[in-house]
Amino acid sequence: MYKYIIRRILVFIPMLFALTVIVFGLAMAAPGDAISGNELADPNVDPEVYEQQREALGLNDPVPVQYWDWISSAAQGDFGNSLVYNGRSVAELIEERFANTLYLGLFSLGITILVGIPIGIYSARHPYSLFDYGATGFGFLGLAIPNFFFGLIAIYLLSIHLGWFPAQGTLSGPGQSGFNELSDRIHHMILPGITLGLAGTATYMRYMRSEVLDVLGSDYIRTARAKGMSDTNVLYKHTLRNALIPIITLMGFEIGVLLSGAVITEQVFQYPGIGTLFLNSVTNRDFPVVMAIALILGTLILIGNLIADILYSIIDPRIRYD
Amino acid sequence: MQSNPEEQLSSQPENTPGSEQQESKSPFQLAMRRFMKNKMAVISVFVIFFIIIICVMAPVFTDQDPEATNVLLIEQGPSDEHILGTNGQGQDNFSRLLYGGRISLIVGFSAMFFTLVIGVFLGSLAGYYGGKVDGIIMRAADIMLMLPFLVLALTIIAIIEEITIPIFVMIIALTSWPNLTRIIRGTYLSLREQEFVHGARAIGASDIRIIIKHFIPNAIGPIIVNATLMMATYIIIESGLSFIGFGIPQPTPTWGNMISEAMNVRILREHPEAWIPPGLAIFVTVLAINFIGDGMRDAFDPKSKQR
Repeated sequence: MYKYIIRRILVFIPMLFALTVIVFGLAMAAPGDAISGNELADPNVDPEVYEQQREALGLNDPVPVQYWDWISSAAQGDFGNSLVYNGRSVAELIEERFANTLYLGLFSLGITILVGIPIGIYSARHPYSLFDYGATGFGFLGLAIPNFFFGLIAIYLLSIHLGWFPAQGTLSGPGQSGFNELSDRIHHMILPGITLGLAGTATYMRYMRSEVLDVLGSDYIRTARAKGMSDTNVLYKHTLRNALIPIITLMGFEIGVLLSGAVITEQVFQYPGIGTLFLNSVTNRDFPVVMAIALILGTLILIGNLIADILYSIIDPRIRYD
Repeated sequence: MQSNPEEQLSSQPENTPGSEQQESKSPFQLAMRRFMKNKMAVISVFVIFFIIIICVMAPVFTDQDPEATNVLLIEQGPSDEHILGTNGQGQDNFSRLLYGGRISLIVGFSAMFFTLVIGVFLGSLAGYYGGKVDGIIMRAADIMLMLPFLVLALTIIAIIEEITIPIFVMIIALTSWPNLTRIIRGTYLSLREQEFVHGARAIGASDIRIIIKHFIPNAIGPIIVNATLMMATYIIIESGLSFIGFGIPQPTPTWGNMISEAMNVRILREHPEAWIPPGLAIFVTVLAINFIGDGMRDAFDPKSKQR
């Protein structure tokens, strides 16, 4: 197992390198550079000046040198300056938004786990009951409805018509503190959180149901029952332990799903997170920001998968590698 | 969509259990017979046909031009002439719904088709030859899977700047082949050491012949199931990208960019008839395709039914 974990960590390094090369390659493929925006804005300036600026910024260096400059400063958290937001530093822009996306992601992951897993377990314990059919139906609906459409309907019904939840933003107004601020924040997160977590909830529910059904049909559960173990004990001591294993792997991948989903969901709710920043930057061709976000999200996904794989090997000793 | 077909669909070449007097049926025919018994799936097939026919025959149902703008008729409510009213540019919502369906379905289908071509080709190379080829293709797949799909697609869209339908389809296909490739490779790996493959090789069949005549037919179950579910995913992806303004550009109608009208709070509030129908259209289409895909899965792999 330890061998596997070490090998898995060693694989992580070239993957990370490949990620940086792709992101850098995409940025190289993009038209224009950090100076061409100014060039367009003020064509009266002598082109020689821009050429000097390019030289000073190292934009005329050979590609590998530029890559090295970019990656070594990125490793220190310096992603250069935004081309659009008055040249503010990219790191600062991302830092501002990152917490919002993190809260939203954790909130929706919480909903997914607290709703999806228990329903899946209950469905599996009472298969083909009315509840099970209802849950399965909900699963199909949750996977078929585009999350932005669900978000719009939620705004239309619950914000505009019933006025229960705010339709956008993270806070109703500045100057709140302590508990008020927290509850206001959560109030603002409920609709986007549910919207973002909907597909995940449906997926977890279906997975959990089929896993628990699988385990319940296995021989060791029959043995446990035969020796007179109570249903609750069978469930908690034997079934869930085994049924939850694949869910752990699923959660490693969930990071990517949540971050992707956040791009669209945040747009629907005008929620100031990484997703809206990313979309704005793509719209404005603000490539330093686009690259930084792509790199950060890719790295997070790599780490998520790494952790999932390691946990998997620890939790399930039955798995033999090589 | 997130289920793991690799596990559920390890397609084993089943010996046709032809009952005594009947002529034996191929596994494919048996699967189709099982599929026909699945009520939801069969109903869904009809629903999809119904949607396709309405979209194809759009000119019969409406004589409005979906792309014609009219500054005098902006954000109108429903009327006899404009059954679902008009949008922010005075375009007729109803005709955009029908013609937009064409685009959404075509994009979904062709993206699925090209992903299938790439996926089957690379998956066949990797799974059949193994070794170095396999290593290179699978590492490439791993790398593609590192970036969240939307982030990668949006970055490419930002670089390309001008998006047309073929370019859009290629972006989707080129960024989402890894999953299918992995599934096909996995199926092939289990086929590689089967006796009938050794047999074919022993009598001198060429690699291409073995792949086309023996591997692909035996992997057809997972291929069809995943292709079906992929098309549903792509319809959602198209609508999502068009919704945020990075998909098929105006004035071409698609279900996704019709819904993006609702980003305007006034339309969201006052004109639900403008954005709810395309949303429901996506929902019903995707739901039906998912039912068909699930029906296919159960039909090709009866074991999965009990799960």
